[in-house]
Amino acid sequence: MSEVLVVVDHVDGAIRKPTLELLTLARRMGSASAVFIGPADAAAGAAEKLAAHGAEKVYTVDDAPLRGYLVVPKVEVLQHLVEKTSPAAVLLVSGSEGKEIAARLSIRTGSGLITDAVDLDADGTTTQSVFAGSFTVKAKVTTGTPIITVKPNSAPVEETAGAGIVEPVSVAISEGAKAAMVVASQPRKASGRPELTEAAIVVSGGRGTGGDFAPVEALADSLGAAVGASRAAVDSGWMPHSFQVGQTGKTVSPQLYVANGISGAIQHRAGMQTSKTIVAVNKDPEAPIFELVDFGVVGDLHTVLPKVTEEVTTRKG
Amino acid sequence: MNIVVCVKYVPDATANRQFEADNTVDRVGVDGLLSELDEYAVEQALQLKEKAEDPTSVTVTALCVGPEQATDAVRKALQMGADAGVLVTDEAVAGSDAPATSLVLAKAVEKLAEENGQADVVMCGMASTDGGMSVVPAMLAERLGLPQVTFASRVEAQGDQVRIKRDSDTATEIVGGRMPLLLSVTDQTGEARYPSFKGIMAAKKKPMSTWSLSDIGVDAGSVGASVAWTVVAETTERPPRTAGEIVTDEDGSGAVALAGFLADKKFI
Ligand SMILES: Cc1cc2nc3c(=O)[nH]c(=O)nc-3n(C[C@H](O)[C@H](O)[C@H](O)COP(=O)(O)OP(=O)(O)OC[C@H]3O[C@@H](n4cnc5c(N)ncnc54)[C@H](O)[C@@H]3O)c2cc1C
Ligand SMILES: Nc1ncnc2c1ncn2[C@@H]1O[C@H](COP(=O)(O)O)[C@@H](O)[C@H]1O
Repeated sequence: MSEVLVVVDHVDGAIRKPTLELLTLARRMGSASAVFIGPADAAAGAAEKLAAHGAEKVYTVDDAPLRGYLVVPKVEVLQHLVEKTSPAAVLLVSGSEGKEIAARLSIRTGSGLITDAVDLDADGTTTQSVFAGSFTVKAKVTTGTPIITVKPNSAPVEETAGAGIVEPVSVAISEGAKAAMVVASQPRKASGRPELTEAAIVVSGGRGTGGDFAPVEALADSLGAAVGASRAAVDSGWMPHSFQVGQTGKTVSPQLYVANGISGAIQHRAGMQTSKTIVAVNKDPEAPIFELVDFGVVGDLHTVLPKVTEEVTTRKG
Repeated sequence: MNIVVCVKYVPDATANRQFEADNTVDRVGVDGLLSELDEYAVEQALQLKEKAEDPTSVTVTALCVGPEQATDAVRKALQMGADAGVLVTDEAVAGSDAPATSLVLAKAVEKLAEENGQADVVMCGMASTDGGMSVVPAMLAERLGLPQVTFASRVEAQGDQVRIKRDSDTATEIVGGRMPLLLSVTDQTGEARYPSFKGIMAAKKKPMSTWSLSDIGVDAGSVGASVAWTVVAETTERPPRTAGEIVTDEDGSGAVALAGFLADKKFI
């Protein structure tokens, strides 16, 4: 069975959930081989976790000589592995870094690239959602090694034992790859809430909050949800850009999306339209967001949300 | 200093966007415009020029690959303040995927370099508003052998040093590189200017070239839908979401109904 390379997305060795979803998808197409480019002392722990989610092999690359440089060194490592293993596909998490690695790897290896897949079949056929979620597209790579970036939340995380054979890899990195580097980095403060793109429930607020996100946050916390925001709320400085949902923010596809004081502009829809269930609270009955909802409340969020939070808390007992 | 800013002509996002029978994006039947996200790239290119020690020595060239109507996108960039425009248009380009588009862009950037000297900065938007893959900039950088600093939410340049701020999923970073490089910018970099009346008039006199594939030395057989490295097998319009239940809140009734809905759906 061919190998399927899964590029591991992690922070200092802590594997992020979307990578585990990629392992589920990889096993549909072949034998999952994880590629862990990270600190040497975190490799063993990472390999164990990857094996527990079905990785048959784990290629480990000590990132000490690459740290601080942007994507090109990683591209060179992957190029080496693609040439060495002739994999059935290379899977990466859709995100700015994953896409940039994928793009350069595509040109280097003469391989077709599909981004933002939300599903993947055994034969490599992908499903994507385009034009702000109004069309579903099925596509396939026809040239070279399929390189596919997959959105978070596209597959279940499955615990299943893989052999997890660790194979250290070392690759000489070209000088050219070191031309751009990270000068300073400030890790995002943990909010204590689920990661926006990974959350099962997202509660968002827009201009209609008038800058007071407390009712939105309280409802989110009662539901164990992540908090999101429209661009209007971000542009007003009420929430950081990392909370923005939409075309130029995050795309989310949770089980439940609750839009509060958000009108539902096409660019906002682009980031949330594929949510399974959509709920909105808006005081304007004509707001376009109501065209999307499974359940809508016409009302003032400042009075409706605290009451909903109270109800949720009581019902949860 | 030479800045080349890559601008795409895209179907209007607020129009009813469609696919053609061959599953390529309909770029002709739907009104098009300069991709809004590329306006930010034009703006940042103009700001690099304006902040340079000698702005008159900086040339900003807007470059677009697209159908004939795409001159509109280039013209808009000229109206905003770019100095020159280039449209690469050729029947054979229709249906090109990102690798082919990046090839055409790369060859055009190389031709510009022969004519005006090397580009110090190749500027891109963060994503096109239609395809939205966010991959052309990295592919273009790869083809040109340039480093890339991308998804900038703030851009600063001093001499040949460029520093940007960017927000990744897990951190806020300051990333640095030296020209020549490829830079892509997000809509967080700040409002793009509107063309002024003066700008609109001035644009009419600015140099605007139209190149075919042979002008830039690209073999027509190496681009287009038939040689794309990916194939779209199927496009299906998503059924409109069926209208859900909408209630009007009166003295808390809306909140109770909503909580009931959430409980029925097992979210509570
Ligand atoms: C290139 C580009 C990219 C963009 N990217 C994004 C993106 O990624 N994400 C995004 O969100 N937008 C994006 N936008 C902006 C988008 O077009 C809208 O401007 C934005 O989504 C509007 O945000 P909003 O719904 O919060 O504000 P508004 O459109 O002003 O809507 C506010 C809503 O709140 C309601 N309201 C007011 N007071 C109350 C109250 N007390 N209780 C209940 N409801 C109330 C109003 O009825 C109204 O419907 C982008 C735009 C462009 C051009
Ligand atoms: N056909 C094109 N002509 C000019 N620039 C383009 C074209 N396609 C993509 N670009 C540039 O690449 C960026 C990202 O595009 P994409 O990878 O399609 O999301 C855009 O914002 C443009 O700056």
